[in-house]
Amino acid sequence: MALNGGGFSLPPFCFYNNHKTKIVMKRFVPALRHLALSGLAVMTVSALIPTAFAQQVDDPAFPGGNTSWPNADGRNVFTHYSANMTFEKRLDFKLGEALFQRLWVTAPTRTKTADGLGPLFNSRACNGCHIRNGRGHPVDDNNPEEGATSMLLRLSIPPQTAGQLRDHLDGKIATIPDPVYGGQFQDFSVAGINAEGRVKVSYENIDVTLSDGDIITLQKPDYQMTDLAYGPLHPDVMVSPRLAPPMIGLGLLEAIPDELLLARADPQDADGDGISGRVNHVWDIAKGQLAIGRFGWKAGMPSLDQQNQNAFQFDVGLSTPLYPDGSGDCTSAQTACLNAPNGNDPEFENLEAHSQVTDLVLYYTRNLAPPVRTNADDADVVAGQKIFDSIGCASCHTPRYQLPERTDMTEQSGQVIWPYSDLLLHDMGEGLADHRPEAQASGREWRTPPLWGLGLAKQIDPRAGFLHDGRARTILEAVLWHGGEAEPARHSVTMLPPSERRKLLAFLKSL
Amino acid sequence: MKIAKILGTAALVSTLGVQAYAAPGAKDVLTTYADIAHAGYEDSLITAKKLQSAIDALIAQPSAETFGAAKSAWLAARVPYQQTEVYRFGNAIVDDWEGKVNAWPLDEGLIDYVETGLYGEESEENPAYTANVIANPSLNISGTTIDALIIDAALLEDLHEIDDVESNVATGYHAIEFLLWGQDLNGTDAGAGAREWTDYATGDACTNDNCDRRGAYLKAAGELLVSDLEWISEQWADGGEARETVLEGDGVPGLTAIVTGMGSLSYGELGGERTKLGLLLHDPEEEHDCFSDNTHNSHFYDALGIQNVYLGRYTRVDGSVVEGPALSDLVAAKDAALDTELRGKLATSVLAGKAMVTRAQGGEHFDQLIAMGNDDGNAVVQTFVDALVDQTKSIEQIIAAVGIDGIEFEGSDSLDNPSAVN
Repeated sequence: MALNGGGFSLPPFCFYNNHKTKIVMKRFVPALRHLALSGLAVMTVSALIPTAFAQQVDDPAFPGGNTSWPNADGRNVFTHYSANMTFEKRLDFKLGEALFQRLWVTAPTRTKTADGLGPLFNSRACNGCHIRNGRGHPVDDNNPEEGATSMLLRLSIPPQTAGQLRDHLDGKIATIPDPVYGGQFQDFSVAGINAEGRVKVSYENIDVTLSDGDIITLQKPDYQMTDLAYGPLHPDVMVSPRLAPPMIGLGLLEAIPDELLLARADPQDADGDGISGRVNHVWDIAKGQLAIGRFGWKAGMPSLDQQNQNAFQFDVGLSTPLYPDGSGDCTSAQTACLNAPNGNDPEFENLEAHSQVTDLVLYYTRNLAPPVRTNADDADVVAGQKIFDSIGCASCHTPRYQLPERTDMTEQSGQVIWPYSDLLLHDMGEGLADHRPEAQASGREWRTPPLWGLGLAKQIDPRAGFLHDGRARTILEAVLWHGGEAEPARHSVTMLPPSERRKLLAFLKSL
Repeated sequence: MKIAKILGTAALVSTLGVQAYAAPGAKDVLTTYADIAHAGYEDSLITAKKLQSAIDALIAQPSAETFGAAKSAWLAARVPYQQTEVYRFGNAIVDDWEGKVNAWPLDEGLIDYVETGLYGEESEENPAYTANVIANPSLNISGTTIDALIIDAALLEDLHEIDDVESNVATGYHAIEFLLWGQDLNGTDAGAGAREWTDYATGDACTNDNCDRRGAYLKAAGELLVSDLEWISEQWADGGEARETVLEGDGVPGLTAIVTGMGSLSYGELGGERTKLGLLLHDPEEEHDCFSDNTHNSHFYDALGIQNVYLGRYTRVDGSVVEGPALSDLVAAKDAALDTELRGKLATSVLAGKAMVTRAQGGEHFDQLIAMGNDDGNAVVQTFVDALVDQTKSIEQIIAAVGIDGIEFEGSDSLDNPSAVN
């Protein structure tokens, strides 16, 4: 797949607008610009138009199918809309983006739709943590004053009462919050309210020796909450650090039918390959019933809308249609927080982030396009992909899905996508365990994260970290942290001859 | 060629025969484009120098009169500048530079006192949130101490976008606007920022403390604005880099820049983020030029700038006209109906912008127009959005008509511009 010069492929996407002229969707835009700037002939419009609209691309170099953004340059590479989006919808995308970047302010203000922040919060804006929509970075142990800027700590305790236990077993509540600090540790707050404390990290080094004698030093984080403003945490508190995940392709993941996930699940490892794979069942607030979880590091959220609104509520402290509480994650033990003014406004559904806001943000987050892979055809990359398959990585990192046709999500409809994930829970071993169950996910289980865009992480944020808490500084470190069901695959990686390991990494970086 | 344009309806043109159709060369069109850019930035420079003189007069002799004169000079300076905004998208050199002079929104708490109840006292993603340069001769930002004892242009340049936080706008039009008007605490009700001239008074008459440092900040910001505009104006002069870049090669990159600029400003930026969003949410926080309540003008002159570029005609602040072969001529030669259609749509959006100006002159400003319940005002703003969206569709068709492909219209910071973001 040569995108610059040479074997220029025909872009499969174009659409008929309401006028007579066919318009090529903005595929290969920068490539064309590049061609133009290099003085090469620019292709005529007719040469670029194969057939009308619905031709679906089925090519691993286009991870998002027809939604794939045609250019993988720059640090804004994860900020582009689905490439097959119509002209009209692009305005909604832009509005959603503006809201994603909005700085929320303390209630009450005259700006009724922008207030309601907190009182406790992790960030004043979505993009405060989702930096250019890429991966977050871990807390900087050399600069502890900075705090947690693109990650946070989830808190919970074991069920304490029969009622809590029943609701937990029924799936109605995924976790029991800390009675004082709530479900999440917020290290920021509005004026007049104390933040809950500070987040610090220290690391223990662990050396791993590879087949060729190379030693890779892993860092195991130990997160601490200090300067606690509301007294001690519950003695049995369980803590799970969570990094802001990359935002691309979320609408495509949402469009994978439940049946395809269930088909890959093998909770009892009936096929004896050592890989179980379980779906998480979580409470779908909008539907009022259990549903398959697919978003979040432990697949704790059933839909992108609920995921977004949960983040509005707990990370930013805003009420939403699904989470109408204007005081966010304040607990009954935090009375000043509970009594602080909120931004719920009768003019706007009695909410802070009302449905117009959450709908636009939903559309935006559904349509952040995975970029094309520019070197998927390199010999090393192709060889690395074969190694990836042969040592079992693809058992969980499922490469390809054919999405069904659907009328409600037109950009995602019918696409062939390459996320490299089964979205299922797997036991990842003691090294990665957070010992904090979430709904039906155990303290050792994590959802297979999609790998698309993996190689672009550092291009977006040089400090970006890998894995749920950002502990891995490189892709190889992330691989070496794999344990549990992935232990055989990890072992294979350590035993690979260096040249083969280099090819495997070339493949991973090409994603 | 000018004749074809002047007579430019399909019916008239069809009687003129083939020769009148001859399209201008791309280079001629691009020369006009660069000429208008140069004139627009030169006008911006001229008016910024007048603003600078007004600031000097205010500091030398603070009074209601000199303060009012400075505010008038700022408003006048926005007129030519907003007409150049269409050059931002598509011209990397402009996009890279423009944050220094026109970045928005502003974390005004970095610069001067703010109403804390409204503003919040800290911002975790922006450690400079209450740094307040005017009140603090020494600033601690992310563990780094910045010596702000002397407020001058060099200090402001250092402060601008410190810590890679884009909203740390310490320089440019909006910083000056804030220093002249103060925060607009009126929400969607009538009224702009209400800073008093006594914020610049000497001795006991000084209000809100540090009047001398406030004056020094204003003066430094004015100086920087002038030097920044001098720089960009040179880039569009003969031999300047911006001009050379658009004239490079076979004309396709330059034409691409024109169309990208027209489409991106029309759609994502002006139509979307700056207008539709505020209307949808009825939220004056989304207003541009919010301290001065000058949003109607900034929107109108943005729209006018788009039309200028297409028609190849710009009326300078002194009343003289810069004109020449235009993209319109090029399009007309290929597709006269499209040219007619687009010229009609551009006129419609300019008119819709003018309607907002008229409302403002009648006392109803943009922040009131977008207020919830003001259906009539909302409709005025929606008409402007619709016109911008509608013209973008025709602008997209230029791509096919003149044989340039794959142009991307977006807006603001996510404009796909690898050279700007790497």
